[in-house]
Amino acid sequence: MRTWITRDVIDPAAVLAEVGAPQHGAAVLFLGVVRDHNEGRPVVSIRYEAYEAMAARVLAETAAEAAMRVPGVRIAAVHREERVGELRVGEVSLAVAVSSAHRAEAFDVARDLLEEIKRRLPVWKEERYADGERRWLGGELPPVPQETGR
Amino acid sequence: MRVRVLLFAQYREFAGTSALEVDLPDGATAGALVAVLRGRGGGLERIPATTAVAVNLEYASSETPLRDGDEVALIPPVAGG
Repeated sequence: MRTWITRDVIDPAAVLAEVGAPQHGAAVLFLGVVRDHNEGRPVVSIRYEAYEAMAARVLAETAAEAAMRVPGVRIAAVHREERVGELRVGEVSLAVAVSSAHRAEAFDVARDLLEEIKRRLPVWKEERYADGERRWLGGELPPVPQETGR
Repeated sequence: MRVRVLLFAQYREFAGTSALEVDLPDGATAGALVAVLRGRGGGLERIPATTAVAVNLEYASSETPLRDGDEVALIPPVAGG
């Protein structure tokens, strides 16, 4: 399993190369890509801000949890952070690769991991629109744990 | 005690800074910290009272007691992917 936060361009082939095994007959690669519209507005680019130390930890935790569901599954996940510059339409912000013996579990694990990343990863995006306006997206409320009693 | 507060995304913009040092009475909770910050004004009052928080890199409840030297991040709704 390998998970990381990067400031570099994500190479999907390199992420896919992190998974796979002789006994694995299926490998799934998901890419999150900047699209040219959101809620009816033309999007030019997106800036991604991460709480990097915590994001690295949450990404590793979510991947470890996903891996526990299917013995032997292999997982790689990377999220890009770009605070200064911006990701343009078509650029990859997130890549998740999963390999397993069979396709159903590879798809399931990838899908579940993705939903957990969306729910928990401390990353925020600011969209820039064709008219020059910028806006932080509302996003998801992360889970609130019960009192930790520390 | 003193804790370090980290602010991100829209919260950072509300406050005009990404980090603050805050003095609190011993035994103060994460929720109490949020209330203290909101009471300072200067944009911090725009942070929702119900904001998610993380203490030392883990999500925590508003009831979580803080300790001297803790790193407390106020977490806006997340939007990765």
